[in-house]
Amino acid sequence: MITKLTGGRIYDPAHGIDGEIHDIYVRDGRIVDAPVDGKINDEVDLRGKVVMAGAIDMHTHIGGGKINIARTMLPEDHAADVVARTELMRSGCGHAAPSTLTAGYRYAEMGYTAGFEPAILPINARQAHMEMGDTPIIDKGGYAMLGSDDYLLRMMAANNDQEAINNYVAWIINHTQAIGIKVVNPGGINAFKFNQRKLDLDEKNKYYNVSPREILMRLARAVKELGVPHPLHVHGCNLGVPGNLGTTLDTMEGIEGLPMHMTHIQFHSYGTEGDFKFSSGAAEIAESINRNKNITVDVGQILFGQTVTASGDTMRQFAGSPHAHPNKYVCMDIECDAGCGVVPFKYKDQSYVNALQWMIGLETFLMVDDPWRIFLTTDHPNGAPFTSYPHLIKLLMDKSFRNDTLSTLHPEAQKASHLATLDREYTLYDIAIMTRAGAAKLVGLADRGHLGVGGAADITVYTDNPDREKMFSKPDYVFKDGTMVVKDGDLINVTWGTTHVVKPEYDSSVEVELKKYFDRYHTQKMGNFKMSDDEIVDDGRGSLTVQPLHKGGKV
Amino acid sequence: MTESSEAKIWHEIASPFCGIASDDLTIKVEGNTVTVEENGDAVTKKGFETPITDLQPRINGEQVSLEQAVNHAAELLTQSKQPVIGGLATDVNGLRAAMALADKSRATVDSMDSDSAFRNILVLQDTGWMVTTLTEVRNRVDLLVVVGSDIEVDYPRFFERMVWNKESMFDQDIASRQVVYLGKAPSGDASTSPAGKKAQVLTCDDADLPEVVSVLRALVNGKQIQAEQVGGIAVADLAKLAEQLKQAAYSVITWASGSMTFDHAETSIQVLCEMIKELNAETRSNGLPLGGKDGSTSVYNVSSWQSGFPMRTSFNRGFPDYDPYLSDSKKMLANGEVDVLVWVSSFNVSRTPPESTTPTVVIGRSGMTFNQEPEVFIPVGVPGIDHAGRTFRGDSSVAVPLRKLRDSGLPSTFDVLSAIELAMPN
Ligand SMILES: [Zn+2]
Repeated sequence: MITKLTGGRIYDPAHGIDGEIHDIYVRDGRIVDAPVDGKINDEVDLRGKVVMAGAIDMHTHIGGGKINIARTMLPEDHAADVVARTELMRSGCGHAAPSTLTAGYRYAEMGYTAGFEPAILPINARQAHMEMGDTPIIDKGGYAMLGSDDYLLRMMAANNDQEAINNYVAWIINHTQAIGIKVVNPGGINAFKFNQRKLDLDEKNKYYNVSPREILMRLARAVKELGVPHPLHVHGCNLGVPGNLGTTLDTMEGIEGLPMHMTHIQFHSYGTEGDFKFSSGAAEIAESINRNKNITVDVGQILFGQTVTASGDTMRQFAGSPHAHPNKYVCMDIECDAGCGVVPFKYKDQSYVNALQWMIGLETFLMVDDPWRIFLTTDHPNGAPFTSYPHLIKLLMDKSFRNDTLSTLHPEAQKASHLATLDREYTLYDIAIMTRAGAAKLVGLADRGHLGVGGAADITVYTDNPDREKMFSKPDYVFKDGTMVVKDGDLINVTWGTTHVVKPEYDSSVEVELKKYFDRYHTQKMGNFKMSDDEIVDDGRGSLTVQPLHKGGKV
Repeated sequence: MTESSEAKIWHEIASPFCGIASDDLTIKVEGNTVTVEENGDAVTKKGFETPITDLQPRINGEQVSLEQAVNHAAELLTQSKQPVIGGLATDVNGLRAAMALADKSRATVDSMDSDSAFRNILVLQDTGWMVTTLTEVRNRVDLLVVVGSDIEVDYPRFFERMVWNKESMFDQDIASRQVVYLGKAPSGDASTSPAGKKAQVLTCDDADLPEVVSVLRALVNGKQIQAEQVGGIAVADLAKLAEQLKQAAYSVITWASGSMTFDHAETSIQVLCEMIKELNAETRSNGLPLGGKDGSTSVYNVSSWQSGFPMRTSFNRGFPDYDPYLSDSKKMLANGEVDVLVWVSSFNVSRTPPESTTPTVVIGRSGMTFNQEPEVFIPVGVPGIDHAGRTFRGDSSVAVPLRKLRDSGLPSTFDVLSAIELAMPN
């Protein structure tokens, strides 16, 4: 069964293809060469259409404890966006913390074919994967969170060698079914349990005498040496604190050239200038990113309106809780593993701070030169729900729309930003890099994010509309593993995507100490902590895809 | 989860029957007979050792095939205008199937432990909270305050595992831990330290608890209290407790909402939770809502991720319609609003449906007996005995894997509910 997609204008940055017209052939879910005998079974006419690989959201909170707390605690938000059952789709709800089913449908309807949960607490991995297992159509995966877990901090306090840490990191990735490692407020979630209220880059956790800088070095090296393609994913110190710019620069410069991904950089790019003692640090941050080729970032753009912030950063979420809107929040210490904080929030365009946050995010997008090293996120749902991506794409691609919006925001904030002077407009090729080719490369997905022969047939087809928001809201077609799942913006098929993981090797002797640790201190046995492959495959709907490690990964 | 060849001894088995889901049980299996060999207690022994009786489904008391029973249940749901899928004591996959069936049959979902669960959920939805989990308690607690609950009845191993454990990761002197009961006194000695130090007990009637916790919160906030007594407790004693809370490095305030059966207990829980937030301005303090027996923590988790809302959600209009008051299945049954009840109860044979004249389908643990034979009874296996599964612990962060320990041939709740869904016309 070969399907020919005829005559589309192809944007496939992985192969350097920028708007060339050619045909694509699909067989058994994969992109294949044109059949030698010329025989095809089916043809879809894409003449005049824009064709890209399916989009990949490399940082979106779609599964796990904290987002489920957000769901449970926000019935009033869901009530405004309940979704009825159809012949094809289950009912559910949308907006800030959508139900898993609705999230999958809506991602697909926007042309997204994969999403990665960035903050899987190892102890909560089972729940995260169960929720993602109930998220249809898109592929998924996640990054296991380390850095405030007592096991790592004990190893560091005991001065264990890098080899031991690598083994532990590899063990965690395997048994939480992850594709990378994230660190959130390095050591800070742990320090909060000891009643520390801030932890700067070189400040020590008062029990372990270990600093965030040391944690970042250890974990970034482990990820590199294990050959895990996704660089250490870092939610830095001091999220949201005016003046955190200095720490962020120091974090990026201080990693000594190791690969590192700085997530939702917008929340870490604040100065203290001006009457409001809150200013944009985007120019310095972008300059540092441009200079340090080992660094990648996603923006964590904020957009105005009601949302909910859900983060592993208990320390900073508690500090932010007085700003909760509506006035309720959850903070949790979790299992000597990590923590979480869930704080509903409303970004207001007439707030100086919120308006400037919006500008800082866009400044960052426009001032980082290399679209392969910057990624389009709102840190769903922290900056805005993922359903606002088409709007964000329009802001990046359409300068006059951007400046018109800018002119309506808090006037003092407008004066504090030079966003209006930035002329750059993202091209379709740039967007395809950021949301497809670059994202696949960053996450370590060998067979996704491109349209070359052998790649998965995750393909999105748009009508080229000068209104980019309209264009990216409603693709003409979306193919997932070769199956047409969306036609004219509407879902026509519900499929179930795979879960992408990596499986770095480790020395099984690592379990000797781990077993003792679980037995002595935990309330769960090590054997029950470990998630088996069968749990992902589950009732037959899920599957695992093991992505290749980088060469030179040493174990 | 290792298995020795002839005697079939299983190690490190998790119990889905109690909310702390201890997973250090040793279980012996001979044929269909299960015995808890090590680390059992009253709750887990009953849970694991209750024997299998029925293997065959029934319609109106007559034995039928599984297919007939499934088709009959599907027919009832197809004809129904206002079905309820209640009970919902099962594992995650059973709940997934229940949610799918509710969506298709436009049913209302509710849990047998909703009254208890909503005392907490209403607080979560109104003002939120700061809470902790079992391993944190085990390693960090220096002051435990037990409010309005005699926790050792439903959570027999709580103190052994979380308070009087041998050692803390942080070199804490375990013997120095303090335990205070506020409200109910403990019925046994579980809270007494190995060295014989008894918990401090400040008792009052349930009816006075709202006032007592309000005064405690006021004292934590440095307010002057004119009265000398509240609910029979000396205000001086409450002032001392307030001071202990402020001095503690990591206090934990726990309650089992299942035992707080007085009117509007959620408002007392809310006062406690707001007090905990206030304590965190200076020191660390956390709540620990104890619950989750027979899978009840799994219910609100699965319901929330699949629909956005916890249980007491109706799909009658084709989309989720959440109402913790109107969709209380007990009230709906009592008011005659329900025309078919599907009762899911795969853990505990004594948890049968409320008596009513409503046509009822029971998806129940084999061994269940009824005062009133339901229209359809389908005996199912127990998650964690007859089939593999997963259940959420009461603290919600940890979902534990449940193992298949024997081959009884009983279907799982997931199998049965999915079959009913499939048997219904689209
Ligand atoms: Zn995030």
